[in-house]
Amino acid sequence: MWIFLRKAVRLSAIYLYGATGEILTEKSGHLNLGTPGIMCMGAIGGCLGVRAYVGTLSSLAQMNGFAVVLIGIICAFLFGMLGGLIYSFLTVTLRCNQNVTGLTLTTFGAGLMSFVLSSIDQTGFSEASEYFRMGFVNGQDLDWFSTLFLNYGTLVYLAIAIAIIAAIVLKKTRTGLNLRAVGENPATADAAGISVGKYRYFATLTGAGIAGLGGLCYIMDSLLGTIDYEVEAFGWIAVALVIFSIWKPDLAIVGSLLFGILLNAADAMQILNKGLIKTLPYVVTVIVLVITSIINKRETQPPAALGTSYFREER
Amino acid sequence: MEKTVAIELKGITKTFGEVVANKDVNLDVYRGEVLSILGENGSGKTTLMNMIAGIYFPDEGQIFIDGKEVVIKSPKDAFAHKIGMIHQHFKLVDVFSAADNIILGEKAPRFDMRAEVQRVKDEYAEENKRFEEYDESEHPGALAYLQKPKYHSNAQLNLKLMSLPFEEIGRKIKFNWLSRNRVKAVQSIANRFGFQIDLKKKIYDMSVSEKQTVEIIKVLYRGADILILDEPTAVLTPQEIEKLFDVIRNMRDSGKSIIIITHKLNEVMEISDRVAVLRKGEHIATVNTAETNEQELTEMMVGKKVSLNIDRTLPHDVVDRLIVKNLTAVDHEGVKVLNNISFEARSGEILGIAGIAGSGQRQLLEAIAGLYKVNEGEISYIDPFNNNEKVDLRSKTPVQIRELGVRLSFVPEDRLGMGLVGNMDLVDNMMLRSYRKGKSIFLDRKAPKILADKIVEELEVVTPSTHTAVRKLSGGNVQKVLVGREIAASPTVLMAAYPVRGLDINSSYTIYNLLNEQKEKGVAVIFVGEDLDVLIELCDRILVICAGQVTGIVEGRRAIKEQLGLLMTKTDVDENQISIDELTIKQETEQGGEEQ
Repeated sequence: MWIFLRKAVRLSAIYLYGATGEILTEKSGHLNLGTPGIMCMGAIGGCLGVRAYVGTLSSLAQMNGFAVVLIGIICAFLFGMLGGLIYSFLTVTLRCNQNVTGLTLTTFGAGLMSFVLSSIDQTGFSEASEYFRMGFVNGQDLDWFSTLFLNYGTLVYLAIAIAIIAAIVLKKTRTGLNLRAVGENPATADAAGISVGKYRYFATLTGAGIAGLGGLCYIMDSLLGTIDYEVEAFGWIAVALVIFSIWKPDLAIVGSLLFGILLNAADAMQILNKGLIKTLPYVVTVIVLVITSIINKRETQPPAALGTSYFREER
Repeated sequence: MEKTVAIELKGITKTFGEVVANKDVNLDVYRGEVLSILGENGSGKTTLMNMIAGIYFPDEGQIFIDGKEVVIKSPKDAFAHKIGMIHQHFKLVDVFSAADNIILGEKAPRFDMRAEVQRVKDEYAEENKRFEEYDESEHPGALAYLQKPKYHSNAQLNLKLMSLPFEEIGRKIKFNWLSRNRVKAVQSIANRFGFQIDLKKKIYDMSVSEKQTVEIIKVLYRGADILILDEPTAVLTPQEIEKLFDVIRNMRDSGKSIIIITHKLNEVMEISDRVAVLRKGEHIATVNTAETNEQELTEMMVGKKVSLNIDRTLPHDVVDRLIVKNLTAVDHEGVKVLNNISFEARSGEILGIAGIAGSGQRQLLEAIAGLYKVNEGEISYIDPFNNNEKVDLRSKTPVQIRELGVRLSFVPEDRLGMGLVGNMDLVDNMMLRSYRKGKSIFLDRKAPKILADKIVEELEVVTPSTHTAVRKLSGGNVQKVLVGREIAASPTVLMAAYPVRGLDINSSYTIYNLLNEQKEKGVAVIFVGEDLDVLIELCDRILVICAGQVTGIVEGRRAIKEQLGLLMTKTDVDENQISIDELTIKQETEQGGEEQ
């Protein structure tokens, strides 16, 4: 039972990265459907980083756990930001259609991932993964508390920390207030002296970086260092999770956990049709959409300017 | 007292593509005055003000503030020069509270490192000096030790100086944190200028007048000395306008410069000290309000003599055309938007509908047009072409209504949403009403093309061609196209919701005359308006509604503005009250009739 929950929590971290990143982006008024692709790019970045680090070592025994985790995280973040940069250059500066740009980016990221990672040398990945998965308490026979709370890798704790920080920044700081204003009504924000372009770049880049960590988390934490190309599917669920958590990173923690349990249940239960259970996250999202539309409270609605570009001198 | 120039514009020019919005405009505004900017639609008033507020950047020309040339590239620069603009469409974030909207975008006070270093040095030197001059014998007792100044060594000073960057970061973080008492700072500004407002209320819960107050406080909170108000009175009731004018006078007396953009001449005369007139992007003249009159201003504005009188003829051959009885409708939240409404629209008569925006005018018209679901009541149409037979219109779709032979034209308030398709050209928009008539499977563009040409010519629509997307026309021209199309259908009932909203005087009078023409042709005209002066001048009868209820039906020739204003804001309808109102009005009409 505890092991099952623990596995769900580990899976949920992947969703949580994608969702937190996407929430930050959407709060600035950008519907970044490129998130799945950006998660792929984060996975590429993380793998390349780890690979480069392993390449400098004469033997795997020399591997420094702290260094490998840090390098992985930084590279994944930077590659994610690179994806975000492509996206925001196209949508903020050139004011392209956001949906088209995002979908293109997803296709691009997924393709790039299978292109780059299919030929990568995977030596040292499983050792690196051990470091990524090292928790406060390690070992086989742990009591339930340690299993459930202390035995996770860095990336899982980081996901929750980032989500909490994002929630606080959005709700409690002027930066967050300004960011939300940009996403709700860019003309108003602009008239109030907020640089809409700067905030949109900032939010999209940070969001993309965070989403990129999701890809790294998938490879290094969930897959134990082996490579699989299913990141994109996780990305789509992360986008659905944004709606599920009504654009609140703190709710996204709960939501991602639920989604993690649902996905894990598909693997755990052999009797039922797996495919059917895998649709559950989407079904739940649809239900949430129905509920929020019935409640019709302004606070549960998406940012008003979501999906629109802003040009000050437009007439 | 000699007046000083607050802001001066020299040779400002701005073009959008090929359209010249402003051409070589020179203008100055003094401290402590109210300047009105007057001009027709598309005369470049708002563009000019947007350039001062940093929304647009002028192509040519200079702006001087307090005699110094400045460059205003963004709203941020405008704030730095203490310029604040209250836009016609409020720039507020709906889901934020009033206080959050007001503090939005506020910058942290600058941390001047050099000054801070000096301050710390001075402070320490001062205390060291006091330490040296301190005479212990003068301060006996146990407290002496505590009061004794401390000596700071150089090392301590350096340590303190080194901590300054951290202090800077600390202050930034503290500023960035949204503390609970952020409301207090805003409240004190609101109190200073005597505004009554709940700053914790969300914007979407606010009335238009409250939103405007928030906008004004926002600008004042930013420390603006030059306030620009873009058509501030367009959506307010007479009482609210009075309140706003008091506020403006208050601000003027405290030395601020106020620039008001408006179409309404009576307000210009009432509030402003000077009037600047723009025409087709050019500055025509600036005159002292006391030395001019409405007629002269209009002529300057339009460039030719115009008659400002609405030619209201006495209605003839009046018969009931549309009868609405006990109409009640509920919106999706269960609120009664229409509550027991009864009235008759008569042929050859203009029935005005007055009320604060959102009192149910829209739903009423849409219900009649078959676009809004009605819960109770009757809507019946008396068909003049069919032996005055009664036709029930309730709960019929627009197509069904048309098939019944009812000639109902509707000019909705949302011109480009419900009336016309913005991305389609004039011809295609004409076709929206007639495409069903075609017999071939291909479109026939000939008839609509002729109609579009006719409308362009007769109503003086300014457009490059009839194949221009309607979206690209100015508000007044869009309205002319829409009204033209609806009238071309030769209706027997013409409903127009705010047909002159945002239109300049000249276009407005064109529309009024069109409505009057229709009335004389025997059409029953229903006119929803917001300008009470116009309603009183134009309409034969005025129906006042408040919160979905009819609070009175007033004879247009006998109506008084204040009385309408009161009826518009009456919250609870007292049956007796109304009958008394109607009685007095009736008496007045009778007396009026005797006089005539």
